[in-house]
Amino acid sequence: MAAPTSKLDPIHQFELLPIIPQIGLTQSSLYMLAAVGLISLAAWAAMRSSSLVPGRLQSVVEMSYEFIANTVRQSAGDEGMRFFPLVFSLFTFVLVLNLLGMVPYGFTVTSHIIITFALAMIVMTTVVVYGFMRHGTHFLGLFVPSGVPGYIMPLVVLIEVISFLSRPISLSVRLFANMLAGHIALKIFAGFVASLLAAGFVGILSPLPLALAVALTALEFLVAFLQAYVFTILTCIYLNDAIHPGH
Amino acid sequence: MAQAQAPAGAPKEGSQVAAHAPHQPGFPPFQANTFGGQLLWFAIAFGLLYYFMSKVALPKIGAVLEDRRSRIARDLEEAQAMRQRSEEAEAAYQLSLTEARDRSKGIAQEMRDKLTAESDVRRRALEAELAEKIAASEATIRSRTTAAMSNVRGIAADAATAIVERVTGRAPDRAVVDAALDRTLR
Repeated sequence: MAAPTSKLDPIHQFELLPIIPQIGLTQSSLYMLAAVGLISLAAWAAMRSSSLVPGRLQSVVEMSYEFIANTVRQSAGDEGMRFFPLVFSLFTFVLVLNLLGMVPYGFTVTSHIIITFALAMIVMTTVVVYGFMRHGTHFLGLFVPSGVPGYIMPLVVLIEVISFLSRPISLSVRLFANMLAGHIALKIFAGFVASLLAAGFVGILSPLPLALAVALTALEFLVAFLQAYVFTILTCIYLNDAIHPGH
Repeated sequence: MAQAQAPAGAPKEGSQVAAHAPHQPGFPPFQANTFGGQLLWFAIAFGLLYYFMSKVALPKIGAVLEDRRSRIARDLEEAQAMRQRSEEAEAAYQLSLTEARDRSKGIAQEMRDKLTAESDVRRRALEAELAEKIAASEATIRSRTTAAMSNVRGIAADAATAIVERVTGRAPDRAVVDAALDRTLR
């Protein structure tokens, strides 16, 4: 009874399937390990025979390197380059997990809020720890914009603090909600196709949701890349606050 | 519980699901009891990735890129230096060309001067020779004239003597004839 409904249930795809429950190993863990393996393998294979004139794989790896390096340098300056390994790891991790979610029957690790929240907390912890290490209490200047009249200063500081505290939430919820909503929408439209085909004569309408599902698939690929990029660029902007806390 | 129910003929599917998720069946991303395991494996995976990227992969990629950048810069610099050298060589070539042209002009001028001088010398020698010859000829003419003139005196004396002898019938004194001749020929 439960099986056929769960096949069409758009939520079903987000369920965690325990593999070794004693150590919390689920398919999600395997996807994360697979993503790490894929990224490391690509980097290793591309650089194994690193040549002056790059081959295809080496070009891809080098382009990602330069792309992220430019993003970091533009948003956080040359000093931000000390966080480059972190930003690069975040970007490739999120991107590959998003894309693995696009594999049919695949699982989208980034559709679980705890993972995206953990990613966001890595960023925010880095910002706060580095900010205080580098600037001491001057880091709190982040909450005190210059050129604001004294009488509205408490209000402004309050707003700045709230905005800072909501950063990890917005950072994690943005990625989580995008991936979740996209995959639910895909599943629903794909489910329409199956339901229409099973419903007899109205099955002639099934190409409509199919076309939508195809279009949504393309959109989801865009979203997979875009959300990884948005996550990265916001990370860079927040890191820039840790490096230059003055407004 | 599940094992107790299984022999009672409960649906196998349901008992499996119950075993996997015996807690609240709600929305999977919000099942808080899965968070611990997910965080653990996230930490393991991301830690591995960060370690590999920061310690192995990114330094290597960066080194390759840096190597390429410096190589290109060096090659460009070398090309620039070569161009400069070729420009210098061309300038030197132009200079030597100008020099050679000047020298050839000088040589031609020298040659012309030498030839002119030589021909001058020869002409002068020729002129001197001619002048000498002219002088010699003039001397000859003069001596001949003198000789002829002395002969004329002799002939005149003879003629005068003969004429006087014919007219007077007596030969004049030689000294008188000479004195008369001297007076007339003066």
